[in-house]
Amino acid sequence: MNNLAISIKNLCKVYRIDPATGNTASQTLQEDLMGLVKRPLRRLASSVKQEVWALKDISFDVRAGEVVGLIGRNGAGKSTLLKVLSRITEPTSGYADIFGRVGSLLEVGTGFHTELTGRENIYLSGAILGMRKIEIDRKFDLIVDFSGVGKYIETPVKRYSSGMAVRLAFAVAAHLDPEILLVDEVLAVGDAAFQKKCLGKMGEVAEGGRTVVFVSHNMAAITSLCKRGVWLEEGCVQADGPVRQVVQDYLVMAGELDETKTNLASRTDRGGDGRLRFTEFQVRNRDGAPLSSAVSGEPVDLVLSYQAQGDIFGTTSIHFWICDAFGKCLISLSSLFTGEDLVNLPARGQIALHVPRFPLREGRYFVDLGADIDGVKADRVLKAIQLDVTTGAYYPVQQPAHPKDGDFLIEHSWRLLE
Amino acid sequence: MSLRELWSYRDLFWILAWRDVKLRYKQTALGVTWVILQPILTSGIFAVIFGFLAELPSDGSPYMLFAFAGTLPWTLFAQSLQRAGTSLVSGRELVSKVYFPRLILPIASSFSVLVDFLVGLASISVLFLIYQVPLTWNILAIPGLVLANLLIAVGVSFWVSAFSVHYRDFIYALPFLVQAWMYASPVAYASSIVPEEWSVLYSLNPMVGIIEGFRWSLLGHGLFSWLSIGISLAVGLLVFFSGALVFRRIERGFADVI
Ligand SMILES: Nc1ncnc2c1ncn2[C@@H]1O[C@H](COP(=O)(O)OP(=O)(O)OP(=O)(O)O)[C@@H](O)[C@H]1O
Ligand SMILES: [Mg+2]
Repeated sequence: MNNLAISIKNLCKVYRIDPATGNTASQTLQEDLMGLVKRPLRRLASSVKQEVWALKDISFDVRAGEVVGLIGRNGAGKSTLLKVLSRITEPTSGYADIFGRVGSLLEVGTGFHTELTGRENIYLSGAILGMRKIEIDRKFDLIVDFSGVGKYIETPVKRYSSGMAVRLAFAVAAHLDPEILLVDEVLAVGDAAFQKKCLGKMGEVAEGGRTVVFVSHNMAAITSLCKRGVWLEEGCVQADGPVRQVVQDYLVMAGELDETKTNLASRTDRGGDGRLRFTEFQVRNRDGAPLSSAVSGEPVDLVLSYQAQGDIFGTTSIHFWICDAFGKCLISLSSLFTGEDLVNLPARGQIALHVPRFPLREGRYFVDLGADIDGVKADRVLKAIQLDVTTGAYYPVQQPAHPKDGDFLIEHSWRLLE
Repeated sequence: MSLRELWSYRDLFWILAWRDVKLRYKQTALGVTWVILQPILTSGIFAVIFGFLAELPSDGSPYMLFAFAGTLPWTLFAQSLQRAGTSLVSGRELVSKVYFPRLILPIASSFSVLVDFLVGLASISVLFLIYQVPLTWNILAIPGLVLANLLIAVGVSFWVSAFSVHYRDFIYALPFLVQAWMYASPVAYASSIVPEEWSVLYSLNPMVGIIEGFRWSLLGHGLFSWLSIGISLAVGLLVFFSGALVFRRIERGFADVI
């Protein structure tokens, strides 16, 4: 086995989704029984289900002591690969062999219970992550130190601030020491200082000669921690090599495809009956060129791509609620207000919302989206879009922004009355 | 091979069982009082309805004590089945994010109920004092009966929890199953009132032997038959091992579906 740590051969993973319910399988017996009655010739788990190939024929090896950064867009299959490696889920075909004790951290704070105290949660979460009790006893003080919640260790976690809870959870995970460590996107939590501390800890782990597979969207972290990068694209290995090269290629590619686009299709936390789903959002300037942010005072097109199950017969109305970071709605824009009926839309397409002079000051805003068909909710996505606005020439005279100036810009003029 | 793996996860098993116990006692103001009060109230109601109003026989013991000796093992069974049966769905987060032998979840949940049982067992001594009923050596049979009781509960919960991952219906049906099962077991009444022609079918219910066994060992007399204990054990083992097999068979898909 000449010091291989992970060996992946022709690995495939297919998820079957029932398009009608959106569930991975029918959730009620009744549905399956009804299905059986209605279509007696079809087998239970039959062709009605739609297949999602999360991993398509993946092969690569990881040598012991290697630190591999796994990158790729949302839905590329990174988490699925880690789940297969940590045996949480079975591959559909192919195999992944692991030589050594695996510890995996797919989520911070799995199994944390808010009614229990910090101390109790350390034991609980330690055991869940695969530590023995004596091991936790031994590392207990280190964990408490690292988390920095020392004083509150006998307090129920529900009395913690959410940052404190996350720190405690990460502290436990940081003290796992398996031979092979699989880490999924967990550094995106806590405040900046704590993130730095976590990266430091990860660096220590990586230098300690352990095998690490590390998933992150933070390219800086990936390049500083890993030597080798693997880029997954729609379930396939797109590139595999020195981390700088792979990350660079990825960024170039992502820059072309992404950056200005917000993917909405992967959002599952949405309302409405689903007759229409927003899939993508993009900001464009008057010539149709994509922008990474809107500019105050400039004309802007806010372009929404959508997809429906078929042509939509009826009147569709689209709503756009722009909110501040606290979720307070600042403006709502709607095709109901302008009276422009969007009648008989095709099954997929793009709808542009045009604002002649963008009236918000520079800052970060969030947009809730909604679509109704014939007055019935079809789609609702909260905080769907992060909308950045940069300073522009709304007023003829540029003034440095002041917090007291508020959020809005409005055309106005002054005159002296006689 | 899978036994060895289960064994290597024993710390997780204990911690999960301990967590369940801890949470139960933490979240209630009366805590342990509930655990004592519940079976006493239940058997009080049984004593009034079945003993006083319906005048059913209690094989020579005060009805209260008679009902309590049945309620105690039944509560152990019903609670472990209820908790273990729903353990996968309520531990959904664990199942989809961490690897461990899934069998641990139902087993640990059902063991956590043992603490309640022991508290209840201690509280029955008060009833013994009040009614001045002497204890006998029969009481030594209790650990064996408890294990057999858990064996059946865990066995059934393997079936229920494994199917509940695909079909939540099993979770909703569980309370009804437990309730119906209670009336089919000699909890509130003596099995001697079951008509002769039904007795064979009746004794196929594995809880019949267990509950009769409990009465015999707590009250010092009553129907103890090796035959019905044997049937309980045989049915219990059958349910347990078939359940474990089915569970292992479909556990591969748990994380994807749950
Ligand atoms: N349990 C599941 N049932 C059905 N489909 C699933 C399941 N888990 C993942 N998928 C699908 O598999 C694909 C890959 O998902 P995965 O979570 O691996 O992506 P990812 O690369 O981790 O993305 P992200 O960067 O957003 O975390 C997605 O299309 C997702 O919808
Ligand atoms: Mg992921």
